Amino acid sequence: MSQNPRQGIGRLFRLRQEIPASIFSAAGFVVPVALLFLWWLITSLGLVKPLFLPSPGAVLEEGWRQLSEGILVSDASVSIYRILIGWLAATIVAVPVGILMGNFRIIEGALEPLISTVRYMPVVALIPLSILWAGIGDMQKVLILFLGTFFQQSLMIMDNVKNIDRNLIRAGQTLGFSNFEILYRIILPAALPGIWDTFRITIGWTWTYLVVAELVAASEGLGRRIMDAQRYLATDTILFGTLFIGLMGLLTDYLFKKSGRALFRWNNQSR
Amino acid sequence: MSTELKTKVAIDGVGKVFQVDGSPVTAIERVDLDIRENEFVSIVGTSGCGKSTLLNIVGGLDEPTSGEIRIDGARVTGPGRNRGFVFQSYSLFEWMTVKGNIRFALEKSTLGKAEKEELVRHFIQAVGLSGFENAYPQQLSGGMRQRVAIARALVYKPSILLMDEPFGALDAQTRGMMQELLLKVWEDHKVTVLFVTHDVDEAIFLADRVIVLASRPGKVKKDLTIKLPRPRSFELVTDPQFTVYKREILTDIREETLKVMALDRK
Ligand SMILES: Nc1ncnc2c1ncn2[C@@H]1O[C@H](COP(=O)(O)OP(=O)(O)O)[C@@H](O)[C@H]1O
Ligand SMILES: [Mg+2]
Repeated sequence: MSQNPRQGIGRLFRLRQEIPASIFSAAGFVVPVALLFLWWLITSLGLVKPLFLPSPGAVLEEGWRQLSEGILVSDASVSIYRILIGWLAATIVAVPVGILMGNFRIIEGALEPLISTVRYMPVVALIPLSILWAGIGDMQKVLILFLGTFFQQSLMIMDNVKNIDRNLIRAGQTLGFSNFEILYRIILPAALPGIWDTFRITIGWTWTYLVVAELVAASEGLGRRIMDAQRYLATDTILFGTLFIGLMGLLTDYLFKKSGRALFRWNNQSR
Repeated sequence: MSTELKTKVAIDGVGKVFQVDGSPVTAIERVDLDIRENEFVSIVGTSGCGKSTLLNIVGGLDEPTSGEIRIDGARVTGPGRNRGFVFQSYSLFEWMTVKGNIRFALEKSTLGKAEKEELVRHFIQAVGLSGFENAYPQQLSGGMRQRVAIARALVYKPSILLMDEPFGALDAQTRGMMQELLLKVWEDHKVTVLFVTHDVDEAIFLADRVIVLASRPGKVKKDLTIKLPRPRSFELVTDPQFTVYKREILTDIREETLKVMALDRK
């Protein structure tokens, strides 16, 4: 390799410098592929027992089985439904609460300490209570997903709202708009690209709470499938389920990014 | 004060004390100032001497802790459509087009639709943005954005225009062009202007009067009438009289800066 950092591989390691787009995307591809290869190598050389680490082939086969038996589609649809309702419920409350906290000091003072404390509570510990409150149906899963999403989300939306240029509000006041009009027609649209990004991040968190939500009193669902597999030590099912949830999270992330770009075309910053 | 010329804005013993973590910070001690109708007044002073605070109080965006502001004899109790505001940060509604931004300012007006459209068209033309009606602010340069802000602040015909370092973020060339544009718009539309800047050339070039604020806490240090002919063009800055004004103002500001530095050292 060359000694000159401006040439050869050194070119890729300059602080905050652009690198060719092709190399950038290739790097993101190479790492998972290398891990996959390592995984395949370890299992095919028989270095670990399949019980501890099933081969990539076995995991794929398990995926195919679930797909052809219709389990995957029914699990996924049940789980996606719960995720959507849980996240939407959290969002419908968090948006107004966050906007009010970000604009009225009195509401921030009243709610912020409470929410900041509650967001650290372990949601798993609330499962028994959630069953008492919401029964053993879908409502209980939705409640768990709500609790896992809402508190963090409302604090993030408060920050999104606080980050807008204060002079936008002043411009609105000078133009004779009422508080409500300023909230609805100036603050909300100005903060919306940031809020959309919060949506993207928080729905990812909702996905991570899926297994917790389906931990008890569930017969179907992607999370349930994983917990069931644990009983039979079906590690291929566990791995497939985990990877599949990861993929679903990635997909929702992508959808929010795409739609954000389409919705906020006026905004150069929304990548 | 002269009684023949009508006082537009009376700043009467205005002071402002902020509470910062429970202890008082005096931003403005006491400012007395009468601004006449259609006058162009520049306000200069060291950073932190209370220029923005004073402008916000005149705009009704902030309340004074002592004294009062009267506009046409009536006490200011809040923001109102007799005043337009232009901020250094442009502060445009970025999700609206150029036209949308300016039209939004007319929403609370009782004019008919056709009259509003005509006003929007007129002001887009007055600030030289014809052809950019449907552009979004982020597609525009800094100078063009600030022209949108000026049109937005004038379209509803306020009688007072408050400008807080409006050209502070622009490069020198663009700033020069914007100054000439502003003077032209001011001459065509006759408004009273309060213009905050830290650029002494800019203050003199534009104004009928330059107010130098003393710092920590702010009060009027000098009230200098600029007797330079109008209409003005950029050659004015080489005029000997211009240089005399500039020297006087720079001396005042330097004095204030030294005072602040001495205060900071303590
Ligand atoms: N909202 C505020 N809360 C507390 N202190 C403030 C606030 N706004 C301004 N100040 C203080 O008042 C002084 C004057 O500020 P400002 O009017 O912004 O000065 P300038 O515009 O001349 O630079 C500064 O010391 C500043 O820290
Ligand atoms: Mg200022």
